[in-house]
Amino acid sequence: MNKQPWKIIVAAILLSTGLNSAQAADPIKIGSFLTVTGPASFLGDPELKTLQLYVESINAGGGINGRPVELIHYDTGGKAQDAVGFVKRLIKNDNVDLIVGGTTSGDTLAAIPEVEKEGIPLVSLAGAVDIVEPVKKWVFKVAHSDRMAAAKIFEDLRKRKLTKVALITGDGGFDKSGREQLLKLAPEYGITIVADESYGNKDTDITAQLTKIRATDAQAIINFGFGQTPAIVTKNIKQLGIKLPVYQSHGVASKTFIDLAGDAAEGVRLPAAALVVAEQLPDSDPQKPVLLAYKKQYEAKYGPVSTFGGHAYDGLFIAVEAVKRAGGTDKAKVRDQIEKTKGFIGASGVFNMTPEDHMGLNLDAFKMVEIHNGGWKIVE
Amino acid sequence: MFEQIIQFLATGITVGSTYALVGLGFALIYNASDVVNFAQGEFVMLGAMLAIALLTAGWPLPLAAIAATLLTVLAGLLLERFAIEPSAGAPVVSTIIITIGAAIFLRGVALLLWGKDFHSLPPFSGDAPLRLGGATLLPQSLWVLGMTVLLVGLVHGFLNRTLLGKALLACSFNRAAAQLVGINVKVMLRLAYGLSAGLGALAGILIAPITFSSYEAGIMLGLKGFSAAIVGGIGNPMGAVAGGLLLGVLESLSAGLISSGYKDAIAFLFVLMVLFLRPTGLFGHQVAERV
Repeated sequence: MNKQPWKIIVAAILLSTGLNSAQAADPIKIGSFLTVTGPASFLGDPELKTLQLYVESINAGGGINGRPVELIHYDTGGKAQDAVGFVKRLIKNDNVDLIVGGTTSGDTLAAIPEVEKEGIPLVSLAGAVDIVEPVKKWVFKVAHSDRMAAAKIFEDLRKRKLTKVALITGDGGFDKSGREQLLKLAPEYGITIVADESYGNKDTDITAQLTKIRATDAQAIINFGFGQTPAIVTKNIKQLGIKLPVYQSHGVASKTFIDLAGDAAEGVRLPAAALVVAEQLPDSDPQKPVLLAYKKQYEAKYGPVSTFGGHAYDGLFIAVEAVKRAGGTDKAKVRDQIEKTKGFIGASGVFNMTPEDHMGLNLDAFKMVEIHNGGWKIVE
Repeated sequence: MFEQIIQFLATGITVGSTYALVGLGFALIYNASDVVNFAQGEFVMLGAMLAIALLTAGWPLPLAAIAATLLTVLAGLLLERFAIEPSAGAPVVSTIIITIGAAIFLRGVALLLWGKDFHSLPPFSGDAPLRLGGATLLPQSLWVLGMTVLLVGLVHGFLNRTLLGKALLACSFNRAAAQLVGINVKVMLRLAYGLSAGLGALAGILIAPITFSSYEAGIMLGLKGFSAAIVGGIGNPMGAVAGGLLLGVLESLSAGLISSGYKDAIAFLFVLMVLFLRPTGLFGHQVAERV
């Protein structure tokens, strides 16, 4: 019995020293939920690699305000219901300070109610405008919106004085949301949609739909989608001898698309992040050094960069800068500082957030590029 | 309008030929063992991916294609020897489940070897489209059609004209009786798996320039090939070919004339209708069970 107090004291000392040492190196916990496997893995995979790469280099450089960064990550596999569970776990079990993630719009949108309820800053890497419109207090995003892509394509059509276009889109979420934005924006740019065809994202032949388009008086074809099917669409267009200008979305802004579509890709235009044409940017472009540095660091370890990895770079550093300015991880302060992000030069563009705009990119963040001799060429 | 329909038909027959080749593989194994081999789509994927890998390694295309086919045949034989044979005597359903497991395993191996990206083979003879009346056709489509006719002819001749082929058919009619007259059923089973794997691989290599390939390309192709085999009357090799062509043309016509959104739905509805009205398939034998 009389040994008990000693035990308690020893335990208390051990505990308090343990706590002290933990506090000295108390890490800043960044949570993340990405689609590293499953159909959208080509988005989530470079995103996770980018996060890991830069968390490592931040820690090698002494961390943020002297505190190391700890990345806690879960793979949703692209299932929105799992995303909600993982976000709950990040908040309640892992006690993260903020969350960078949500590869897909579906994952992000599913997680928003939880994030809003718990009051924790979320920087999403997904595209849909619905994520930040209407504005949600705790939610930000860094990826280009599909609406921006639609507007960029229509701007280019207007420059070329083309007014009748045929749409062909896949059956995925990205495709459908893009189609909606295209249909919604068309009247604003004086554009008539003369055909609106669709295909399944696993289809291997789209000539039937394109034959229908060939029979209309369309002056250009817009194909909004990602994965391999847009490459098949592009090949089928050439196969059918259709000579109309072809527009693709930012979803295919990767070398894989050019490799798959081959010669048929020549002359295809698409809105793309500056990352794919980093070397061609004029030296006066403020983004150029940032892009080249990211490219160098990523490619040294993993191989060719993708614009999706660039979103993770932007998300991570907008969050890190906000934590630095807030002088700590107080959630409300960090949120306020993310909202005050001004002139942040990222991989996707220059970010200027406001209380009304939780993305902060304008149309300049997209470059209209054309595929030329198996590479990208800026056409503006 | 007429021009359009010609184009739909041309498209449908090309797509249908690929379903036919995959369906033929299903029919062969079903014939020999009453088992639906759900790894058939993976053989298609494996053939295409191996050919692409060998081509990238610097092999000339014909050599890469032949080597890829032989390697896939080897994979088929290994599957039979190490997964199917040990379970001999197990109910058919268990064997089918084993083939599903094998399919997942093959997909996993392909994922590790070649990553998640799509890969493509260069077309065998250029990609300048050929005009055919109002329709256009890729030279590769002619390769697919020609090779399908050739392979189907060979398989048909093999099954009906050679002793080995007849022995294989005999196993499908009555395994016990076949064994009694001296046919080595085990060898026949290996033959069926090897042959199906080879056919699948060739199908994959032929269509890879048109449709590309990735580690999971086998899922949809397997499903469509299986549908072709059911429509034609499972176990009837020529029925599977007809079923494949029918499905392809139906898909393309419904995408063109009705709505692209419903094309898969219409194709699968057709499969269901066939099963409902003629459970043994369009060209299946009526099975009389003796009690």
